[in-house]
Amino acid sequence: MLSEQEIAKLNTIMEQHAYDKTQVIAIMQAIQEEYRYLPEDALRYAAKELKISEAKIYGVATFYENFSLQPKGKYVIKVCDGTACHVRKSIPILNEFRNQLGVSESQPTTEDMMFTVETVSCLGACGLAPVCTINDEVHPSMTPQKVKELVAALKEEKA
Amino acid sequence: MRINTREELVKARERYLASLNSQRKKILVCAGTGCVAGGSLKIYERLKEIMDGLGVKNCVMLEKEPHDSVGLKKSGCHGFCEMGPLIRIEPMGWLYIKVRLEDCEEIIQKSILGDECIERLIYCDKEGNTYEKQEEIPFYKQQTRLALEHCGQINAESITEYIAVGGYQAVAKALFDMSSEDIVNEVIKASLRGRGGGGFPTGKKWQQVLNQKEEVKYIVCNGDEGDPGAFMDRSMMEGDPHRVIEGMIIAGIATRAHYGYIYVRAEYPLAVSRLQTAIDKANKRGLLGKNILNSGFDYELKISQGAGAFVCGEGSALTASIEGNRGMPRVKPPRTVEKGLFGKPTVLNNVETFCNVPSIILNGADWYNQYGPENNHGTKAFALTGNVNNTGLIEVPMGTPLRKVIFDIGGGVKGGEFKAVQIGGPSGGCLCYNDKDNHLDLPLDFDSLKKVGAMIGSGGLVVMNNKSCMVEVARFFMNFTQNESCGKCVPCREGTKRMLELLDDIVEGRGTLEHLELLEELAETVSETALCGLGKTAASPVTSTLKYFRDEYIAHVVEKRCPAGQCKALVNFTIDATLCKGCTKCARMCPVGAITGNLKEAHTIDTTKCIKCRACIDGCAFHAIHEV
Repeated sequence: MLSEQEIAKLNTIMEQHAYDKTQVIAIMQAIQEEYRYLPEDALRYAAKELKISEAKIYGVATFYENFSLQPKGKYVIKVCDGTACHVRKSIPILNEFRNQLGVSESQPTTEDMMFTVETVSCLGACGLAPVCTINDEVHPSMTPQKVKELVAALKEEKA
Repeated sequence: MRINTREELVKARERYLASLNSQRKKILVCAGTGCVAGGSLKIYERLKEIMDGLGVKNCVMLEKEPHDSVGLKKSGCHGFCEMGPLIRIEPMGWLYIKVRLEDCEEIIQKSILGDECIERLIYCDKEGNTYEKQEEIPFYKQQTRLALEHCGQINAESITEYIAVGGYQAVAKALFDMSSEDIVNEVIKASLRGRGGGGFPTGKKWQQVLNQKEEVKYIVCNGDEGDPGAFMDRSMMEGDPHRVIEGMIIAGIATRAHYGYIYVRAEYPLAVSRLQTAIDKANKRGLLGKNILNSGFDYELKISQGAGAFVCGEGSALTASIEGNRGMPRVKPPRTVEKGLFGKPTVLNNVETFCNVPSIILNGADWYNQYGPENNHGTKAFALTGNVNNTGLIEVPMGTPLRKVIFDIGGGVKGGEFKAVQIGGPSGGCLCYNDKDNHLDLPLDFDSLKKVGAMIGSGGLVVMNNKSCMVEVARFFMNFTQNESCGKCVPCREGTKRMLELLDDIVEGRGTLEHLELLEELAETVSETALCGLGKTAASPVTSTLKYFRDEYIAHVVEKRCPAGQCKALVNFTIDATLCKGCTKCARMCPVGAITGNLKEAHTIDTTKCIKCRACIDGCAFHAIHEV
């Protein structure tokens, strides 16, 4: 169930897009910014208000890589595996993050909901390969050693 | 302050230019994604702080009247990303590389207050030659920057600076001196071809839209640069957003369209914000919106953000996405020029194509035709990445040989010998250099690349050295395409999956010669029967590597050996008994106890137990452990 506060927030988002159903992607991006994922209730509500079917909104939400129907961690770590990063050895970076945080491809988020590790196909920062982003902040020229330091620093920040 | 007429635009330009020229010195801090990641914004803040502290008159936004101060600007990508964060000092044209916060004080003291170039911050090549001026550095000297002309030269967030360097004059010319037909004909004469991949003649496309009888038409800019390893469009949107807008307005005038959309992928937040700032400012100045420069022409421009789907780079998928649907391509015809966005005639071009338009209109097709070979005129921006010394963003005339790009501009291959270059992303192919095929001297243009089974694509050039396994590269791209296949048509959805399985088998040592035959057969079927351009070209990385690096595939399937030593399943570790001192370090480090041997005697590895984690190789002080 959505709280009154949540409904008010969702209404504001949809008002900003004039309840325009062609804006559904932008609306979902705004909802995701709010919750860090797309909660089912919020999607149902948005579908009703935009006068589109739940199937349609679900279809769009599941099509695009950026939308997540699962809650994500506080820190979303995206390891770039574009071609340039790949040839400059991005996979060891990904593996190191997964090892350090005890997550996997099928289980990308830590139990305490602090970290999510995923791959992204290209961030366009190829000149600095291999790169990763942590909540949209780009970290250039990564090495497995740097991963250890970054994770330690983030864990400290959290504590 | 609105600019109401063409005369006002000309006057505004004179005023802004005088103001720009009156800046005693200019500091251009690169604020492209790469340098920002290296901390360039902090450097910018620090420079401001120091100048304020010292009472040095400075300005971050161009002042309306001439004045005497230091201009501090966040510029677009300078291109030399490997050397970032970058700072350019004008009027001297010095380029400082790898600038750190600690250097800021010295920069202000020596180069801004004084006229001294700081030796240790300038570029030094492998031979030890140093270069004070940016334009003299080999990386820049060999380039021809037309579309990227302003990237790194002006404040990327300032409309006044863009106007000062001649911005929006092409719109004025198109509005007042040319008819729609004139514009279309000029672009046709310039033989500008789509820079997004296909290379379709832009003028022809515009003409088709102009000929449509519909009232409502759209101009769409494809900024969904999904090719891994490409960032030209990102740099243009971030570094010179007004140029993209100007190109789109001209396309609107040429086809009598009054609405435009820029579709930007969500992975480029900086590009979105710079474009939004630019659109807001252009609206405020009356260069977008109703009755532009009192010509009676209206043009409305919006940004539409993608949400992470490679297939949205395909025309009909992109328009579906703007409409708020799943981004899936549809069967054509009708083509986008007839029924595109919201079912209306639509011009769909990519960012770089639009960036080429203003200078063609201003300088004419004849001027443009001096660059590049017949039918492939102009320049092309490339993202030079991978195992190359100078990674970054470059722009060269079409037809420039690959050798010049990689060795003269790129400074040669990093960490090994040249092996291949992957061009055109997942739709492109691999080029090589060996006894049979010499692609290094191949001119980079649409027609020449097509002949060897590759394509320019959007312009990603990923250089690979001899430590890259080409089978693994093919597998990497197939994995990408398979992930990104939208699932609508069977050939792409199932075909790429089966091809990936075959490639997985080969890199994991289960491959046979039949695998190669089957791969070739599937590649042919997929490219002939897939619905959209992405599906049709999905097999290109496989077919091109099979063609040029067949030996490597054979080594994988027949000898079960990976010549580059990259495919883990095919690599075994051995200890060279002549080098091993029997220190026992490797035996202690091995996590699975696969290494045995007595103290001070040569050790051995039990390959059945070995998990190939490389701990022993990395730990051995005598370099006695090798991959075979």
